[in-house]
Amino acid sequence: MKRFALVFKSSIGKKFIAAITGLILFGFLIGHMAGNLKVFTGSTEAGVPHIDEYGHALRELGSPFVPREFVLWGARTVLLVSLVFHIVVVIQLARQSAAARPLPYVRNRQRAASLPARWMMYSGMLILAFVIFHILHFTTGTIKLGTFEHGYIYSNLHSSFSKLPVAAIYIAMMIALGFHMFHGVWSLFQTLGLDNPDRNRALRWFAISATLVIALGFVMVPVSFVLGIMPDPVEYAVQLLNEK
Amino acid sequence: MKIRVHVWRQENRSDTGKMETYTVDGVLPDMSFLEMMDHLNEQLLSQGNRPVAFDHDCREGVCGMCSMVINGEAHGPMQETTTCQLYMRHFEDGADIYVEPWRSRAFPVIQDLMVDRSAFDRIIEAGGYISNHSGPKPEPNSMPIAPEVAEQALDAATCIGCGACVAACPNGSAMLFTAAKVTHLGLLPQGQPERYLRAKSMVEKMEEEGFGSCRNYAECEAQCPKGISIAFIGRLNADYLRATLLEPMDRRGKMEAQ
Repeated sequence: MKRFALVFKSSIGKKFIAAITGLILFGFLIGHMAGNLKVFTGSTEAGVPHIDEYGHALRELGSPFVPREFVLWGARTVLLVSLVFHIVVVIQLARQSAAARPLPYVRNRQRAASLPARWMMYSGMLILAFVIFHILHFTTGTIKLGTFEHGYIYSNLHSSFSKLPVAAIYIAMMIALGFHMFHGVWSLFQTLGLDNPDRNRALRWFAISATLVIALGFVMVPVSFVLGIMPDPVEYAVQLLNEK
Repeated sequence: MKIRVHVWRQENRSDTGKMETYTVDGVLPDMSFLEMMDHLNEQLLSQGNRPVAFDHDCREGVCGMCSMVINGEAHGPMQETTTCQLYMRHFEDGADIYVEPWRSRAFPVIQDLMVDRSAFDRIIEAGGYISNHSGPKPEPNSMPIAPEVAEQALDAATCIGCGACVAACPNGSAMLFTAAKVTHLGLLPQGQPERYLRAKSMVEKMEEEGFGSCRNYAECEAQCPKGISIAFIGRLNADYLRATLLEPMDRRGKMEAQ
Protein backbone atom coordinates (compact mmCIF):
# COMPACT_ATOMS: atom_id res chain seq x y z
CA MET A 1 0.00 0.00 0.00
CA LYS A 2 2.85 2.35 0.89
CA ARG A 3 4.40 1.77 -2.52
CA PHE A 4 1.07 2.19 -4.27
CA ALA A 5 0.69 5.62 -2.65
CA LEU A 6 4.28 6.41 -3.64
CA VAL A 7 3.53 5.59 -7.28
CA PHE A 8 0.67 8.08 -7.25
CA LYS A 9 2.94 10.86 -5.97
CA SER A 10 5.03 11.42 -9.09
CA SER A 11 4.25 11.94 -12.76
CA ILE A 12 6.44 8.95 -13.69
CA GLY A 13 4.43 6.79 -11.29
CA LYS A 14 1.15 8.05 -12.73
CA LYS A 15 2.44 7.35 -16.21
CA PHE A 16 3.39 3.87 -15.01
CA ILE A 17 -0.26 3.34 -14.05
CA ALA A 18 -1.42 4.75 -17.39
CA ALA A 19 0.99 2.35 -19.16
CA ILE A 20 -0.01 -0.76 -17.20
CA THR A 21 -3.74 -0.07 -17.54
CA GLY A 22 -3.16 0.76 -21.20
CA LEU A 23 -1.44 -2.60 -21.60
CA ILE A 24 -4.44 -4.38 -19.99
CA LEU A 25 -6.86 -2.54 -22.30
CA PHE A 26 -4.61 -3.34 -25.27
CA GLY A 27 -4.73 -7.02 -24.32
CA PHE A 28 -8.52 -6.81 -24.15
CA LEU A 29 -8.63 -5.28 -27.64
CA ILE A 30 -6.62 -8.18 -29.07
CA GLY A 31 -9.05 -10.68 -27.51
CA HIS A 32 -12.14 -8.71 -28.53
CA MET A 33 -10.95 -8.33 -32.11
CA ALA A 34 -10.00 -12.01 -32.41
CA GLY A 35 -13.37 -13.02 -30.96
CA ASN A 36 -15.19 -10.80 -33.45
CA LEU A 37 -13.65 -12.76 -36.31
CA LYS A 38 -15.98 -15.64 -35.33
CA VAL A 39 -18.56 -13.68 -37.35
CA PHE A 40 -16.82 -14.88 -40.50
CA THR A 41 -16.52 -18.56 -39.60
CA GLY A 42 -20.19 -19.37 -40.33
CA SER A 43 -22.56 -21.45 -38.23
CA THR A 44 -23.09 -24.96 -36.89
CA GLU A 45 -25.14 -27.58 -38.72
CA ALA A 46 -28.08 -26.70 -36.49
CA GLY A 47 -27.86 -23.12 -37.76
CA VAL A 48 -26.35 -21.49 -34.65
CA PRO A 49 -23.78 -18.87 -35.71
CA HIS A 50 -20.31 -19.44 -34.24
CA ILE A 51 -20.27 -15.91 -32.80
CA ASP A 52 -23.44 -16.68 -30.78
CA GLU A 53 -21.83 -19.85 -29.46
CA TYR A 54 -18.71 -17.89 -28.61
CA GLY A 55 -20.69 -15.25 -26.70
CA HIS A 56 -22.50 -18.00 -24.86
CA ALA A 57 -19.21 -19.71 -24.03
CA LEU A 58 -17.81 -16.47 -22.55
CA ARG A 59 -20.71 -16.40 -20.09
CA GLU A 60 -20.15 -20.07 -19.22
CA LEU A 61 -16.38 -19.68 -18.89
CA GLY A 62 -15.02 -21.45 -15.82
CA SER A 63 -18.28 -23.28 -14.96
CA PRO A 64 -18.95 -25.56 -13.23
CA PHE A 65 -16.03 -24.56 -10.98
CA VAL A 66 -17.23 -20.99 -10.60
CA PRO A 67 -20.76 -19.59 -10.90
CA ARG A 68 -22.06 -18.71 -14.35
CA GLU A 69 -20.80 -15.32 -15.64
CA PHE A 70 -18.26 -15.15 -12.77
CA VAL A 71 -15.26 -14.98 -15.09
CA LEU A 72 -17.09 -12.57 -17.37
CA TRP A 73 -17.86 -10.16 -14.54
CA GLY A 74 -14.34 -10.61 -13.16
CA ALA A 75 -12.91 -9.54 -16.49
CA ARG A 76 -15.38 -6.67 -16.78
CA THR A 77 -14.36 -5.46 -13.32
CA VAL A 78 -10.66 -5.54 -14.17
CA LEU A 79 -11.33 -3.66 -17.41
CA LEU A 80 -13.53 -1.05 -15.76
CA VAL A 81 -11.03 -0.46 -12.94
CA SER A 82 -8.22 -0.19 -15.53
CA LEU A 83 -10.24 2.27 -17.59
CA VAL A 84 -11.03 4.43 -14.55
CA PHE A 85 -7.37 4.49 -13.42
CA HIS A 86 -6.22 5.17 -16.99
CA ILE A 87 -8.53 8.19 -17.24
CA VAL A 88 -7.96 9.53 -13.72
CA VAL A 89 -4.14 9.56 -13.93
CA VAL A 90 -4.18 11.03 -17.44
CA ILE A 91 -6.45 13.89 -16.31
CA GLN A 92 -4.14 14.54 -13.34
CA LEU A 93 -1.09 14.56 -15.63
CA ALA A 94 -2.80 16.87 -18.12
CA ARG A 95 -3.61 19.32 -15.34
CA GLN A 96 -0.01 19.22 -14.10
CA SER A 97 1.23 19.91 -17.63
CA ALA A 98 -1.26 22.71 -18.23
CA ALA A 99 -0.08 24.39 -15.02
CA ALA A 100 3.57 24.02 -16.10
CA ARG A 101 3.15 26.59 -18.87
CA PRO A 102 0.76 29.29 -17.69
CA LEU A 103 1.57 31.62 -20.61
CA PRO A 104 1.56 30.08 -24.10
CA TYR A 105 4.06 30.97 -26.84
CA VAL A 106 3.08 33.60 -29.40
CA ARG A 107 4.79 31.45 -32.02
CA ASN A 108 5.14 27.72 -31.50
CA ARG A 109 6.54 25.06 -33.81
CA GLN A 110 6.89 21.36 -33.21
CA ARG A 111 9.58 19.36 -34.96
CA ALA A 112 9.09 15.83 -33.68
CA ALA A 113 5.75 15.40 -31.88
CA SER A 114 3.52 13.28 -34.12
CA LEU A 115 -0.14 14.18 -34.62
CA PRO A 116 -1.42 10.94 -33.03
CA ALA A 117 0.73 11.75 -29.98
CA ARG A 118 -0.59 15.29 -29.73
CA TRP A 119 -4.18 14.17 -30.22
CA MET A 120 -4.14 11.46 -27.51
CA MET A 121 -6.60 13.43 -25.37
CA TYR A 122 -9.05 13.89 -28.25
CA SER A 123 -8.79 10.30 -29.51
CA GLY A 124 -9.10 9.14 -25.89
CA MET A 125 -12.28 11.15 -25.31
CA LEU A 126 -13.77 9.84 -28.57
CA ILE A 127 -12.94 6.28 -27.54
CA LEU A 128 -14.52 6.79 -24.11
CA ALA A 129 -17.72 8.14 -25.68
CA PHE A 130 -17.66 5.24 -28.14
CA VAL A 131 -17.16 2.61 -25.41
CA ILE A 132 -20.23 3.91 -23.55
CA PHE A 133 -22.25 4.02 -26.77
CA HIS A 134 -21.04 0.57 -27.82
CA ILE A 135 -22.02 -1.04 -24.50
CA LEU A 136 -25.46 0.61 -24.59
CA HIS A 137 -25.85 -0.52 -28.18
CA PHE A 138 -24.65 -4.14 -28.32
CA THR A 139 -24.37 -5.25 -24.67
CA THR A 140 -27.44 -3.84 -22.96
CA GLY A 141 -29.46 -3.02 -26.08
CA THR A 142 -30.56 0.31 -24.61
CA ILE A 143 -29.74 2.22 -27.78
CA LYS A 144 -31.84 0.65 -30.53
CA LEU A 145 -30.29 1.05 -33.96
CA GLY A 146 -31.67 -2.23 -35.24
CA THR A 147 -33.43 -5.21 -33.75
CA PHE A 148 -31.90 -6.40 -30.51
CA GLU A 149 -32.28 -9.62 -28.60
CA HIS A 150 -29.85 -10.78 -25.91
CA GLY A 151 -27.60 -13.60 -27.03
CA TYR A 152 -28.48 -13.45 -30.73
CA ILE A 153 -25.23 -11.68 -31.55
CA TYR A 154 -25.13 -12.42 -35.27
CA SER A 155 -28.65 -11.23 -35.91
CA ASN A 156 -28.08 -8.09 -33.78
CA LEU A 157 -24.90 -7.28 -35.71
CA HIS A 158 -26.65 -7.91 -39.00
CA SER A 159 -29.59 -5.62 -38.34
CA SER A 160 -27.43 -2.73 -37.02
CA PHE A 161 -24.47 -2.91 -39.38
CA SER A 162 -26.60 -3.29 -42.49
CA LYS A 163 -27.44 0.37 -41.94
CA LEU A 164 -24.73 2.57 -43.45
CA PRO A 165 -24.76 5.33 -40.75
CA VAL A 166 -24.29 2.80 -37.94
CA ALA A 167 -21.47 1.05 -39.78
CA ALA A 168 -19.90 4.45 -40.56
CA ILE A 169 -19.86 5.45 -36.86
CA TYR A 170 -18.11 2.20 -35.93
CA ILE A 171 -15.58 2.50 -38.76
CA ALA A 172 -14.80 6.13 -37.86
CA MET A 173 -14.32 5.23 -34.21
CA MET A 174 -11.89 2.45 -35.12
CA ILE A 175 -9.78 5.10 -36.88
CA ALA A 176 -9.74 7.11 -33.63
CA LEU A 177 -8.75 3.93 -31.79
CA GLY A 178 -5.96 3.37 -34.32
CA PHE A 179 -4.63 6.89 -33.69
CA HIS A 180 -4.66 6.28 -29.94
CA MET A 181 -2.88 2.94 -30.24
CA PHE A 182 -0.29 4.17 -32.75
CA HIS A 183 1.25 6.38 -30.08
CA GLY A 184 0.02 4.57 -26.97
CA VAL A 185 1.33 1.09 -27.68
CA TRP A 186 4.87 2.37 -28.30
CA SER A 187 4.67 4.99 -25.56
CA LEU A 188 3.82 2.47 -22.86
CA PHE A 189 7.12 0.64 -23.44
CA GLN A 190 9.06 3.90 -23.14
CA THR A 191 7.16 4.76 -19.94
CA LEU A 192 7.91 1.36 -18.45
CA GLY A 193 11.58 1.96 -19.27
CA LEU A 194 11.66 -1.02 -21.63
CA ASP A 195 12.54 0.89 -24.81
CA ASN A 196 16.14 1.53 -25.78
CA PRO A 197 17.94 2.16 -29.08
CA ASP A 198 18.38 -1.58 -29.66
CA ARG A 199 14.66 -2.29 -29.42
CA ASN A 200 13.17 1.00 -30.61
CA ARG A 201 12.59 -0.06 -34.22
CA ALA A 202 11.08 -3.37 -33.20
CA LEU A 203 8.79 -1.79 -30.61
CA ARG A 204 7.60 0.91 -32.99
CA TRP A 205 6.92 -1.70 -35.67
CA PHE A 206 5.11 -3.80 -33.13
CA ALA A 207 2.90 -0.80 -32.26
CA ILE A 208 2.24 -0.02 -35.93
CA SER A 209 1.40 -3.62 -36.85
CA ALA A 210 -0.73 -4.15 -33.74
CA THR A 211 -2.62 -0.94 -34.56
CA LEU A 212 -3.21 -2.01 -38.15
CA VAL A 213 -4.20 -5.58 -37.30
CA ILE A 214 -6.59 -4.55 -34.53
CA ALA A 215 -8.17 -1.60 -36.35
CA LEU A 216 -8.56 -3.56 -39.60
CA GLY A 217 -9.83 -6.63 -37.75
CA PHE A 218 -12.53 -4.55 -36.06
CA VAL A 219 -13.42 -2.60 -39.21
CA MET A 220 -13.85 -5.79 -41.27
CA VAL A 221 -17.08 -6.64 -39.39
CA PRO A 222 -19.19 -3.50 -40.11
CA VAL A 223 -17.67 -3.24 -43.62
CA SER A 224 -18.67 -6.81 -44.49
CA PHE A 225 -22.22 -6.33 -43.21
CA VAL A 226 -22.74 -2.97 -44.90
CA LEU A 227 -21.48 -4.37 -48.21
CA GLY A 228 -24.12 -7.09 -47.89
CA ILE A 229 -21.68 -9.96 -48.35
CA MET A 230 -22.64 -11.63 -45.06
CA PRO A 231 -25.37 -14.33 -45.03
CA ASP A 232 -28.71 -13.37 -43.53
CA PRO A 233 -29.30 -14.56 -39.97
CA VAL A 234 -31.27 -17.76 -39.59
CA GLU A 235 -33.79 -18.13 -36.79
CA TYR A 236 -32.91 -20.87 -34.37
CA ALA A 237 -34.31 -22.07 -31.08
CA VAL A 238 -32.40 -20.85 -28.05
CA GLN A 239 -32.29 -24.44 -26.72
CA LEU A 240 -29.76 -25.27 -29.44
CA LEU A 241 -27.36 -22.79 -27.84
CA ASN A 242 -27.89 -24.08 -24.33
CA GLU A 243 -27.41 -27.72 -25.31
CA LYS A 244 -23.87 -27.04 -26.44
CA MET B 1 19.87 42.70 -44.34
CA LYS B 2 16.86 44.41 -42.89
CA ILE B 3 14.67 42.37 -40.57
CA ARG B 4 11.72 42.83 -38.25
CA VAL B 5 12.15 41.43 -34.76
CA HIS B 6 9.19 40.80 -32.46
CA VAL B 7 10.62 40.63 -28.95
CA TRP B 8 9.03 39.79 -25.62
CA ARG B 9 9.45 42.80 -23.32
CA GLN B 10 8.82 42.39 -19.62
CA GLU B 11 10.07 44.87 -16.99
CA ASN B 12 10.33 42.45 -14.07
CA ARG B 13 8.95 39.25 -12.57
CA SER B 14 5.58 40.78 -11.72
CA ASP B 15 5.07 42.67 -15.01
CA THR B 16 2.63 41.02 -17.46
CA GLY B 17 4.85 41.69 -20.48
CA LYS B 18 4.03 41.98 -24.18
CA MET B 19 5.54 41.59 -27.65
CA GLU B 20 7.21 44.67 -29.19
CA THR B 21 8.22 45.01 -32.83
CA TYR B 22 11.54 46.58 -33.93
CA THR B 23 12.97 47.04 -37.40
CA VAL B 24 16.70 46.31 -37.46
CA ASP B 25 18.69 47.65 -40.41
CA GLY B 26 22.31 46.93 -41.34
CA VAL B 27 22.25 43.29 -40.22
CA LEU B 28 25.12 41.33 -41.78
CA PRO B 29 24.54 37.68 -42.79
CA ASP B 30 27.65 36.66 -40.88
CA MET B 31 26.42 38.15 -37.60
CA SER B 32 25.41 35.59 -35.02
CA PHE B 33 21.89 35.86 -33.68
CA LEU B 34 23.22 37.33 -30.44
CA GLU B 35 25.28 39.89 -32.38
CA MET B 36 22.08 40.90 -34.14
CA MET B 37 20.51 41.32 -30.70
CA ASP B 38 23.54 43.44 -29.63
CA HIS B 39 23.01 45.49 -32.78
CA LEU B 40 19.33 45.96 -31.88
CA ASN B 41 20.31 46.99 -28.35
CA GLU B 42 22.74 49.63 -29.61
CA GLN B 43 19.94 50.97 -31.77
CA LEU B 44 17.59 51.03 -28.75
CA LEU B 45 20.25 52.75 -26.58
CA SER B 46 20.89 55.43 -29.20
CA GLN B 47 17.16 56.13 -29.21
CA GLY B 48 17.23 56.40 -25.42
CA ASN B 49 15.28 53.17 -24.83
CA ARG B 50 16.06 50.30 -22.49
CA PRO B 51 17.98 47.56 -24.29
CA VAL B 52 16.58 44.01 -24.44
CA ALA B 53 17.87 41.85 -21.60
CA PHE B 54 19.00 38.40 -22.68
CA ASP B 55 21.26 35.70 -21.29
CA HIS B 56 24.58 34.86 -22.93
CA ASP B 57 28.07 33.93 -21.86
CA CYS B 58 30.61 31.92 -23.85
CA ARG B 59 29.05 32.43 -27.30
CA GLU B 60 30.75 29.20 -28.31
CA GLY B 61 27.79 26.86 -27.82
CA VAL B 62 29.04 25.15 -24.68
CA CYS B 63 27.94 27.16 -21.65
CA GLY B 64 24.17 26.79 -21.90
CA MET B 65 23.37 30.41 -21.04
CA CYS B 66 21.66 31.60 -24.24
CA SER B 67 18.02 30.79 -24.13
CA MET B 68 15.70 32.22 -26.73
CA VAL B 69 12.68 30.67 -28.40
CA ILE B 70 13.09 31.89 -31.99
CA ASN B 71 10.10 31.55 -34.31
CA GLY B 72 8.59 29.02 -31.94
CA GLU B 73 11.65 26.79 -31.61
CA ALA B 74 14.11 26.67 -28.73
CA HIS B 75 17.48 28.05 -29.97
CA GLY B 76 15.92 28.72 -33.39
CA PRO B 77 15.45 26.71 -36.55
CA MET B 78 18.84 24.93 -36.82
CA GLN B 79 19.23 21.39 -35.46
CA GLU B 80 21.65 20.89 -32.57
CA THR B 81 22.63 24.56 -32.55
CA THR B 82 22.55 27.01 -29.68
CA THR B 83 21.29 30.55 -30.26
CA CYS B 84 24.84 31.92 -30.12
CA GLN B 85 25.88 29.59 -32.95
CA LEU B 86 22.90 30.56 -35.08
CA TYR B 87 23.78 33.02 -37.83
CA MET B 88 21.69 35.63 -39.62
CA ARG B 89 22.43 33.90 -42.94
CA HIS B 90 19.98 31.25 -41.74
CA PHE B 91 17.23 33.87 -42.11
CA GLU B 92 15.93 35.63 -45.18
CA ASP B 93 16.31 39.34 -45.80
CA GLY B 94 13.16 41.11 -44.63
CA ALA B 95 12.18 38.21 -42.37
CA ASP B 96 9.86 38.54 -39.39
CA ILE B 97 11.53 36.92 -36.39
CA TYR B 98 9.70 36.19 -33.14
CA VAL B 99 11.90 36.05 -30.04
CA GLU B 100 10.44 34.83 -26.76
CA PRO B 101 11.82 33.63 -23.43
CA TRP B 102 11.60 29.98 -22.25
CA ARG B 103 8.01 29.68 -21.08
CA SER B 104 7.68 27.56 -17.96
CA ARG B 105 6.20 28.06 -14.51
CA ALA B 106 9.46 26.73 -13.08
CA PHE B 107 11.51 29.32 -15.06
CA PRO B 108 10.08 32.72 -14.06
CA VAL B 109 11.04 35.60 -16.35
CA ILE B 110 13.52 37.97 -14.69
CA GLN B 111 13.42 40.55 -17.48
CA ASP B 112 12.59 40.37 -21.21
CA LEU B 113 14.28 37.18 -22.47
CA MET B 114 16.11 36.28 -19.26
CA VAL B 115 14.61 33.52 -17.16
CA ASP B 116 15.57 32.18 -13.75
CA ARG B 117 16.77 28.61 -14.30
CA SER B 118 17.80 27.90 -10.73
CA ALA B 119 15.13 25.16 -10.61
CA PHE B 120 17.69 23.08 -12.57
CA ASP B 121 20.36 23.79 -9.95
CA ARG B 122 18.00 22.58 -7.23
CA ILE B 123 17.35 19.34 -9.17
CA ILE B 124 21.14 18.80 -9.37
CA GLU B 125 21.52 19.54 -5.66
CA ALA B 126 18.89 16.91 -4.87
CA GLY B 127 21.03 14.04 -6.17
CA GLY B 128 23.49 15.00 -8.90
CA TYR B 129 26.57 13.92 -6.98
CA ILE B 130 28.67 10.84 -6.23
CA SER B 131 30.34 9.93 -2.97
CA ASN B 132 34.07 10.20 -3.36
CA HIS B 133 36.86 9.88 -0.87
CA SER B 134 39.22 12.75 -0.33
CA GLY B 135 42.30 10.66 0.44
CA PRO B 136 45.08 9.62 -1.93
CA LYS B 137 44.07 9.19 -5.59
CA PRO B 138 43.43 5.57 -6.63
CA GLU B 139 45.35 4.06 -9.50
CA PRO B 140 43.53 5.44 -12.61
CA ASN B 141 43.07 2.08 -14.31
CA SER B 142 41.79 0.30 -11.21
CA MET B 143 38.16 0.89 -12.23
CA PRO B 144 37.67 -0.41 -15.78
CA ILE B 145 34.78 1.04 -17.79
CA ALA B 146 33.78 -0.38 -21.19
CA PRO B 147 34.40 2.26 -23.89
CA GLU B 148 30.76 2.02 -25.10
CA VAL B 149 29.49 2.72 -21.60
CA ALA B 150 31.93 5.60 -21.17
CA GLU B 151 30.80 7.07 -24.50
CA GLN B 152 27.14 6.71 -23.57
CA ALA B 153 27.76 8.43 -20.24
CA LEU B 154 29.55 11.21 -22.13
CA ASP B 155 26.57 11.52 -24.50
CA ALA B 156 24.39 12.19 -21.46
CA ALA B 157 27.00 14.49 -19.96
CA THR B 158 26.98 16.77 -23.02
CA CYS B 159 23.81 18.31 -21.57
CA ILE B 160 24.65 21.98 -21.01
CA GLY B 161 21.59 22.55 -18.83
CA CYS B 162 20.22 25.34 -21.02
CA GLY B 163 16.56 24.38 -20.51
CA ALA B 164 15.65 24.07 -24.20
CA CYS B 165 13.97 20.72 -23.43
CA VAL B 166 11.57 22.42 -21.03
CA ALA B 167 10.98 25.28 -23.48
CA ALA B 168 10.36 22.89 -26.39
CA CYS B 169 8.17 20.37 -24.56
CA PRO B 170 4.47 21.03 -25.18
CA ASN B 171 4.01 19.97 -21.55
CA GLY B 172 6.90 21.98 -20.10
CA SER B 173 8.50 18.80 -18.75
CA ALA B 174 12.10 18.68 -17.51
CA MET B 175 12.46 14.93 -18.03
CA LEU B 176 15.25 15.16 -20.64
CA PHE B 177 17.44 17.34 -18.42
CA THR B 178 16.83 15.22 -15.33
CA ALA B 179 17.32 12.00 -17.30
CA ALA B 180 20.64 13.20 -18.75
CA LYS B 181 21.93 14.22 -15.32
CA VAL B 182 20.75 11.01 -13.65
CA THR B 183 22.18 8.84 -16.43
CA HIS B 184 25.65 10.30 -16.83
CA LEU B 185 26.37 9.43 -13.20
CA GLY B 186 24.19 6.31 -13.02
CA LEU B 187 25.95 4.61 -15.94
CA LEU B 188 29.40 4.74 -14.40
CA PRO B 189 30.73 2.59 -11.56
CA GLN B 190 31.43 5.68 -9.44
CA GLY B 191 27.75 6.56 -9.56
CA GLN B 192 26.39 3.15 -8.50
CA PRO B 193 26.08 3.62 -4.71
CA GLU B 194 23.47 6.37 -5.08
CA ARG B 195 21.99 5.19 -8.38
CA TYR B 196 18.38 4.56 -7.28
CA LEU B 197 18.33 7.13 -4.53
CA ARG B 198 19.54 9.69 -7.09
CA ALA B 199 16.80 8.86 -9.58
CA LYS B 200 14.19 9.12 -6.84
CA SER B 201 15.41 12.34 -5.22
CA MET B 202 16.00 14.18 -8.49
CA VAL B 203 12.59 13.21 -9.89
CA GLU B 204 10.88 14.25 -6.67
CA LYS B 205 12.65 17.61 -6.82
CA MET B 206 11.70 18.00 -10.48
CA GLU B 207 8.02 17.44 -9.63
CA GLU B 208 8.22 19.89 -6.74
CA GLU B 209 9.59 22.64 -8.99
CA GLY B 210 6.39 22.61 -11.06
CA PHE B 211 7.52 21.10 -14.36
CA GLY B 212 5.00 19.26 -16.53
CA SER B 213 4.77 15.54 -17.23
CA CYS B 214 6.45 13.66 -20.08
CA ARG B 215 4.14 12.51 -22.89
CA ASN B 216 6.86 10.86 -25.03
CA TYR B 217 6.61 13.40 -27.86
CA ALA B 218 10.42 13.49 -28.27
CA GLU B 219 10.10 17.22 -28.96
CA CYS B 220 12.84 17.83 -26.35
CA GLU B 221 15.31 15.63 -28.23
CA ALA B 222 14.50 17.36 -31.53
CA GLN B 223 15.10 20.85 -30.12
CA CYS B 224 17.99 20.01 -27.78
CA PRO B 225 21.12 21.86 -28.95
CA LYS B 226 23.17 18.82 -27.92
CA GLY B 227 20.79 16.21 -29.35
CA ILE B 228 20.40 14.38 -26.01
CA SER B 229 18.48 11.16 -26.69
CA ILE B 230 15.12 10.24 -25.18
CA ALA B 231 16.76 6.86 -24.54
CA PHE B 232 17.94 8.47 -21.29
CA ILE B 233 14.32 9.22 -20.36
CA GLY B 234 13.54 5.52 -20.79
CA ARG B 235 16.46 4.68 -18.52
CA LEU B 236 15.35 7.25 -15.94
CA ASN B 237 11.84 5.74 -16.01
CA ALA B 238 13.30 2.28 -15.39
CA ASP B 239 15.57 3.51 -12.57
CA TYR B 240 12.84 5.57 -10.95
CA LEU B 241 10.27 2.75 -11.12
CA ARG B 242 12.78 0.34 -9.67
CA ALA B 243 13.60 2.83 -6.90
CA THR B 244 9.94 3.23 -5.94
CA LEU B 245 8.58 -0.27 -6.62
CA LEU B 246 11.40 -2.73 -5.98
CA GLU B 247 14.21 -1.25 -3.93
CA PRO B 248 13.81 -1.98 -0.18
CA MET B 249 12.20 0.94 1.65
CA ASP B 250 12.95 -0.29 5.15
CA ARG B 251 16.33 -1.98 4.93
CA ARG B 252 16.95 -1.97 8.68
CA GLY B 253 13.43 -2.78 9.84
CA LYS B 254 12.63 -5.64 12.24
CA MET B 255 11.62 -9.04 10.87
CA GLU B 256 9.94 -11.99 12.56
CA ALA B 257 10.34 -15.68 11.74
CA GLN B 258 7.53 -18.23 11.60
